[in-house]
Amino acid sequence: MDTNISFKLKVWRQAGPKEKGHFETYELQDIPTDTSFLEMLDILNEQLVEKGEEPIAFDHDCREGICGMCSLYVNGHPHGPATGATTCQLYMRRFHDGETITVEPWRSAAFPVIKDLMVNRNALDQIQQAGGYVSFNTGGAQDANAIPISKVAADEAMDSASCIGCGACVAACKNGSAMLFVSAKVSQFALLPQGKAEAKKRVKAMLSKMDELGFGNCTNTGACAAECPKNIKLSNISRLNREYICAKLSD
Amino acid sequence: MWLINSSVGRKVIMSVSGLFLILFLTFHALMNAVALISFDAYEAVCEFLGANWYALLGTAILAGGFLVHICFAFLLTWQNRKARGNDRYAVSARPKTVEWASQNMLVLGIIVLCFLVLHLAQFWAKMQLPEIVGDAPASGYSALQAAFSQLWVAPVYLIGFCAIWFHITHGFWSALQTIGTANEKWIVRWKCIGWWWATIVVGLFAVEVIYFTWFFAI
Amino acid sequence: MEEKDKTIQANVPVIDSKIPEGPVAEKWTNYKAHQKLVNPANKRRLDIIVVGTGLAGASAAATLGEMGFNVLNFCIQDSPRRAHSIAAQGGINAAKNYQNDGDSVYRLFYDTVKGGDYRAREANVYRLAEVSNNIIDQCVAQGVPFAREYGGLLANRSFGGAQVSRTFYAKGQTGQQLLLGAYSSLNRQIQMGKVKSYNRYEMHDIVIIDGRARGIIAKNLVTGKLERFAAHAVVIATGGYGNTYFLSTNAMACNCSAAMACYRKGAYFANPAYVQIHPTCIPVHGDKQSKLTLMSESLRNDGRIWVPKDIEDAKKLQSGEIKGSDIPEEKRDYYLERRYPAFGNLVPRDVASRAAKERCDKGYGVNNTGKAVFLDFSEAINRLGIDVIRQRYGNLFDMYEEITDVNPGELANEINGEKYYNPMMIYPAIHYTMGGIWVDYELQTSVKGLFAIGECNFSDHGANRLGASALMQGLADGYFVLPYTIQNYLSDQITVPHFTTDTPEFDEAEKRVQDNLDKLMNIRGKRSVDSIHKELGHIMWDYVGMARTKESLEEALKKLKELRHEFETNLFVPGTQEGMNIELDKAFRLQDFITMGELIAYDALNRNESCGGHFREEHQTEEGEARRDDQNYFYVACWKYNGDDEKAPTLIKEPLEYEAIKVQTRNYKS
Repeated sequence: MDTNISFKLKVWRQAGPKEKGHFETYELQDIPTDTSFLEMLDILNEQLVEKGEEPIAFDHDCREGICGMCSLYVNGHPHGPATGATTCQLYMRRFHDGETITVEPWRSAAFPVIKDLMVNRNALDQIQQAGGYVSFNTGGAQDANAIPISKVAADEAMDSASCIGCGACVAACKNGSAMLFVSAKVSQFALLPQGKAEAKKRVKAMLSKMDELGFGNCTNTGACAAECPKNIKLSNISRLNREYICAKLSD
Repeated sequence: MWLINSSVGRKVIMSVSGLFLILFLTFHALMNAVALISFDAYEAVCEFLGANWYALLGTAILAGGFLVHICFAFLLTWQNRKARGNDRYAVSARPKTVEWASQNMLVLGIIVLCFLVLHLAQFWAKMQLPEIVGDAPASGYSALQAAFSQLWVAPVYLIGFCAIWFHITHGFWSALQTIGTANEKWIVRWKCIGWWWATIVVGLFAVEVIYFTWFFAI
Repeated sequence: MEEKDKTIQANVPVIDSKIPEGPVAEKWTNYKAHQKLVNPANKRRLDIIVVGTGLAGASAAATLGEMGFNVLNFCIQDSPRRAHSIAAQGGINAAKNYQNDGDSVYRLFYDTVKGGDYRAREANVYRLAEVSNNIIDQCVAQGVPFAREYGGLLANRSFGGAQVSRTFYAKGQTGQQLLLGAYSSLNRQIQMGKVKSYNRYEMHDIVIIDGRARGIIAKNLVTGKLERFAAHAVVIATGGYGNTYFLSTNAMACNCSAAMACYRKGAYFANPAYVQIHPTCIPVHGDKQSKLTLMSESLRNDGRIWVPKDIEDAKKLQSGEIKGSDIPEEKRDYYLERRYPAFGNLVPRDVASRAAKERCDKGYGVNNTGKAVFLDFSEAINRLGIDVIRQRYGNLFDMYEEITDVNPGELANEINGEKYYNPMMIYPAIHYTMGGIWVDYELQTSVKGLFAIGECNFSDHGANRLGASALMQGLADGYFVLPYTIQNYLSDQITVPHFTTDTPEFDEAEKRVQDNLDKLMNIRGKRSVDSIHKELGHIMWDYVGMARTKESLEEALKKLKELRHEFETNLFVPGTQEGMNIELDKAFRLQDFITMGELIAYDALNRNESCGGHFREEHQTEEGEARRDDQNYFYVACWKYNGDDEKAPTLIKEPLEYEAIKVQTRNYKS
């Protein structure tokens, strides 16, 4: 059966984008281990509000690991110590009684802090806007079964497409690189016939946007793929490189 | 120019120059191995790589390769640190699948660079350089003897080799990943090939250094 | 109360839903052939606000942008891609008949109307079924990686409430992939400058000028400032009101405030009592829980739902003495297969949910709270092997294990040579709301120029929605319906120039919003927003939940009144209005949830019948099935705001007229 644990929580507090931040330590008592990490923060916030203090701001929404809204760098890992899971899917049974848990926001020049643990990930949207689509207008599509797509390609495209855009790859990367994110989208389209027509334009546009926004260069440490909550594979980055180099060489 | 202006381009430069240097190291190790068999043959190799035009051209290209690789390493690291932002994590942990070497390539590179300076001073400065400026070069045998008759040289070389080994184990597959030749299967294969390649080349160097030290100092 | 009920029923005004002439199969074609259009040059002169970026909102904003309108698109999250459509797991229906099992537009139409317990508007549902095929074409062209067969063609699976395989899916992430498709089209328009995207904005009010919706007041959640936006038409695509119940499968930010703002400005609210309770959610585990996790309905394809036959076994399960896998086959009661032989575990959601509640109420619940039933894969694993099952549901099994620490695919016991695997535990939870803002055939609300699409309108699902139909409806509205019908409204607006927000109407609307925020800040009581929201949730679940009675609903209305008083006198919001204040934002939403709760209760009290997601205990058959009253309740109940949240709303009826389908009792037994 589940038990209760008590622990210290060291949390980054920052009043606003321009303010200076600092760590604040809170003691939590008797938290059931079947509580999710975010529910634990809810409990803490409830206690803070009762004391008349401002609650900790953190991003979260669907709480079932799919929307990509939740962030949090817990004990040195984006989305915490569990693998293949987002912060909202992290449960307190992963932690021990008496432990000190450190919670920080995503750190990257491209992700400025908005408040406390909340960061601005708009840069990822901008990369998508640069070319992460197939250009056609609603209503212009042919029958869905007109072009057969091999199951292998479709499955691989699906794996790449399962990126939730949370930014954990950027947070995990010591270079603040968004290559895994960009490569997942580029791969999805590169693998499908629908995306082929403008593949060259797409990869160039998305990559140059990524560079422009101040993300770092990939050095293939693989931390992104290791911390990705959706297990996006490192091989996507190689595909992105290949697509980009070929596109540039054929200019 | 996309090779300089884009992040992938800069990485392509890193990887191509890196692969070139790996190739050079491989030849270097093989040529040294000649001395294990016969010092006379080794002397012939040294002579062949004297101050003639093809050797000088080769040296210039090689130096260029080193220079590009080193300059871009510093440039990329500077850019990457900037991309990381001013605030650092208070706690960070390395995931199990992430190689230690991959996150410390610059440090390893700097160790290798220090080693390189020593190595150039001990050999190139006594062999090809005098010949270029018109002096009489030292023979391969005497250069080896000068260096390895001192007992401190071997451990320093072995430390340099360790750094090279770590640098190549990551650098090899990383370079191939960067130029787009990897996929889910080939990442594993390249890692394996890279590991063996680095181990054989560096192992050969180590054997050579130990042999020379035994031969000249003991 | 009896007396009052009758007075509500008598002499209520009736509204026109603008259903086109002709047989049901030709209405949409006729409509499109005769509607007014806006020419391309004029489209550039027209601005449209779209609030929400879910399947409906994103697809509408993208399509309107493609057509040439100037679109302002708002979302409450940090990116349009996060809207809660993303969480839909199972799939999307379409009448493609790729599997050659006899599907057709008519059959999809029929199944949807029947699934909705004959409370949907026929013409809308037929149109939905008609455009369903275009949606699949559209999404494939966008690069949505639907599951495929080895031959390279699209794969299908079956879903609750249908006897054909018509559901297209992308692993367990269909909603996400479809939303990313719509988001990619949206991004293209943002890049082209046709759509302006506002993230982390929350709509607070609608601005009406001369009886037409002309703009919104939205709060920038980062700066805390109120901002004004003007347009020729406003489209609301802000989802459902499931979070009224506090615990639901909805995301934390899902709220009904935009819908309530429309309601207060004169848009009728239709059928609020139709709330869908999803049968396969992970049971509640403690009082600190913030939301419920849905396990995809697709699990019912291979999973069998059961409770013990003997009450003694149930008691042992509740006390933790034995586990589910200790109970042998012959002592298990597969109650859905027993009660509904034809559909078995694939009965519609409302039926499955009620059946689970019935068993648990009788004491057969299988966990410590007595509020859970088993979903068992032993038979499927023994038949197909664990590899096949893991391939189909592996990610769901992993998700279940992460949350509950139990691995459903793990061999747990062997009795008489029969292998038993760990079963999952599931229980019904609030999932989707069929009710919503009333719209006519053109998706226009009762306020001119104000449109509602997706889950936020009262939709095409009647009293109950079938699985894999929400995605279909959201995308149908956004891609193929609204972009046409809105032109019929806009065609005479082309002479109206772009207008400023510097008008008395905007001043007044902003002042009202500001006054309300000031009021919330200045209550300075003792209770946090969440503590009051939880209390609201308990009232709603206990009295306006899966089984309602006249008494429970009257009690609910009384308690909700008290709760509103508590909220208005004892709420505490820390911080200031400067910058981000998450507690203030939650307080604003909770205020509307309370009003919404009352609205649900009023509607449930009015509807003296059981149908779909609305179950009144007084109205059931001897076997415990829902009993409809087509004589008296064959209508859409629309509620009109009476100027004050404290006042009861007025009922207006939209009578339903069925031409193509014969109304009959739903039967999933044979």
